[in-house]
Amino acid sequence: MAEKKTNRRDFLFTATYAVGAVGVGAVVWPMVDQMNPDASVKALASTEVDVSSVTPGKTITVLWRGKPVFIRRRTQDEIIEAKSVKMEELKHPEKDEDRAKNPEWLVMLGVCTHLGCVPLDQKGDYNGWFCPCHGSHYDISGRIRKGPAPTNMEIPEYKFVNSDTIKIG
Amino acid sequence: MSDQEYIPKSKFGKWFNDRLPLLTLANHLTDYPTPKNLNYWWTFGGILTFCLITQIVTGLVLAMHYIAHADMAFDSVEHIMRDVNYGWLIRYIHANGASMFFLAVYIHIFRSLFYGSYKAPREIIWIIGIIIYLLMMAAAFLGYVLPWGQMSFWGATVITNLFSAIPLVGEGIVTWLWGGYSVDNPTLTRFFTLHYLIPFLILGLVVLHIWALHVPGNNNPVGIDIQKPSKDTVPFHPYIVIKDGFALLMFMIVFAFFVFYTPNILGHADNYIEANPLVTPAHIVPEWYLLPFYAILRSVPDKLLGVVAMLSAILILAALPWLDTSKIRSAVFRPLYKQFYWILVADVLILGYVGAMPAEGLYLLIARIATAYYFLHFLIILPVLGFREKTMPLPLSITEPILGGSPNLVLAKDRKKFKN
Repeated sequence: MAEKKTNRRDFLFTATYAVGAVGVGAVVWPMVDQMNPDASVKALASTEVDVSSVTPGKTITVLWRGKPVFIRRRTQDEIIEAKSVKMEELKHPEKDEDRAKNPEWLVMLGVCTHLGCVPLDQKGDYNGWFCPCHGSHYDISGRIRKGPAPTNMEIPEYKFVNSDTIKIG
Repeated sequence: MSDQEYIPKSKFGKWFNDRLPLLTLANHLTDYPTPKNLNYWWTFGGILTFCLITQIVTGLVLAMHYIAHADMAFDSVEHIMRDVNYGWLIRYIHANGASMFFLAVYIHIFRSLFYGSYKAPREIIWIIGIIIYLLMMAAAFLGYVLPWGQMSFWGATVITNLFSAIPLVGEGIVTWLWGGYSVDNPTLTRFFTLHYLIPFLILGLVVLHIWALHVPGNNNPVGIDIQKPSKDTVPFHPYIVIKDGFALLMFMIVFAFFVFYTPNILGHADNYIEANPLVTPAHIVPEWYLLPFYAILRSVPDKLLGVVAMLSAILILAALPWLDTSKIRSAVFRPLYKQFYWILVADVLILGYVGAMPAEGLYLLIARIATAYYFLHFLIILPVLGFREKTMPLPLSITEPILGGSPNLVLAKDRKKFKN
């Protein structure tokens, strides 16, 4: 028995380990997946907001999936300011047109992309938002301009159901 | 380990011990030979055991009255404070107990750093200790979320968001941790479960920590191996038990001072406001014991690198036995290391201070310098120092310097005699 040859027993061992590994995986996955969002959490995935009372220059904050969503009706000056920014000045280049389909309405997640705090309205060096936690400055289009946040504030999926109602999600 | 076989005196004792050698274990623990030159910095192991048991007992009681639900958690904590008999006392002991636990563990860790207790043959004790320290931080963070105040909520949001720095899978991990799209009820219930679990994991690791300690025996202020059996050691009971007991009493005075006179000084007023997902408090600060690492996180302008730096600052400690190249354990005989040791202590205190301040201007600059120095200490200074430093001569035994005639001037009782 000097030379090592693959025999029937080696095959049986390997096959047993393989079946065992699949079995362990099949048991572990439910244990891991139970922590993901459950059906009741997912059921709250969309929300409708009445924006008829929002006047230009005003922001309202609504809760969607447990997160704040900023809905700002921007003034003409703000729209001009947002559109005039050169792409090379931006850390995360995105055109204002791509962020606000209807330039008058900016709908975005009010969650700082650094570590998830809620930025303050009409604050900071760029007259947009300022995150008090670690000092990120956003412009009037919600784009990151200064500070540790890596990306612009996220734009959720939304649409105007009619001229007064926005459906988020 | 006791060198001679232990035989119980009573017949029943012998019968029992043959089947389960608990009496042999008890005998080992009481007779355990301990270096007789241990100073009061060595009493914090016992103090930490006390802290762990205090947290488990008070936590168990709090769990009888606390309700882990986003709508009820905040009120249930107020219910504990106002309605439950002695609830205020039990909760204040538990909340301040966490701080006392960290105070003791920092003294314990810095004692190891000064006297080189992490060096061979005690590396495993040290690494188990670092794992315990990591679990303590996890338990403290999870526990701080449970009252569901503003700091709880936003602290949980910021810390869980650290995982979003991981490329590709980060966002998925955060959603998985939350069990939703933000910190909410599913997050609270799982945090409560884990907060309940971790102390028992720590308890198990403490057993391993002590087991690993009892193999080589204690290090000591002189840092040389003890000769066993010899006059270098005293039995653990009663000598060390009494000394540890006295130190514990002193520690409990400090503990009681916080609990009875300033129970909220280490907390944040914002946590007495119920969690509100729409408003972030103006100034989010972690508990004092996490501030140095928070300062490191904020001193790096990049999100991912900031998280990496913060984790490295803790994990680098596990590599310490190999980063410190000096064969001499105790700083008593390392004139240069002793100075760098105190600079490191100051550096960590500075990091703690700037961690509590806003991350801007001069504070940010100081935080960056202190962060750089922290890593410089472990990655450059310690390895180089082991080769360059001219150390002082070690005494031949623990007993020798006490009896006089040591070649070491720092330790020799009778210096004049030596000079002649």
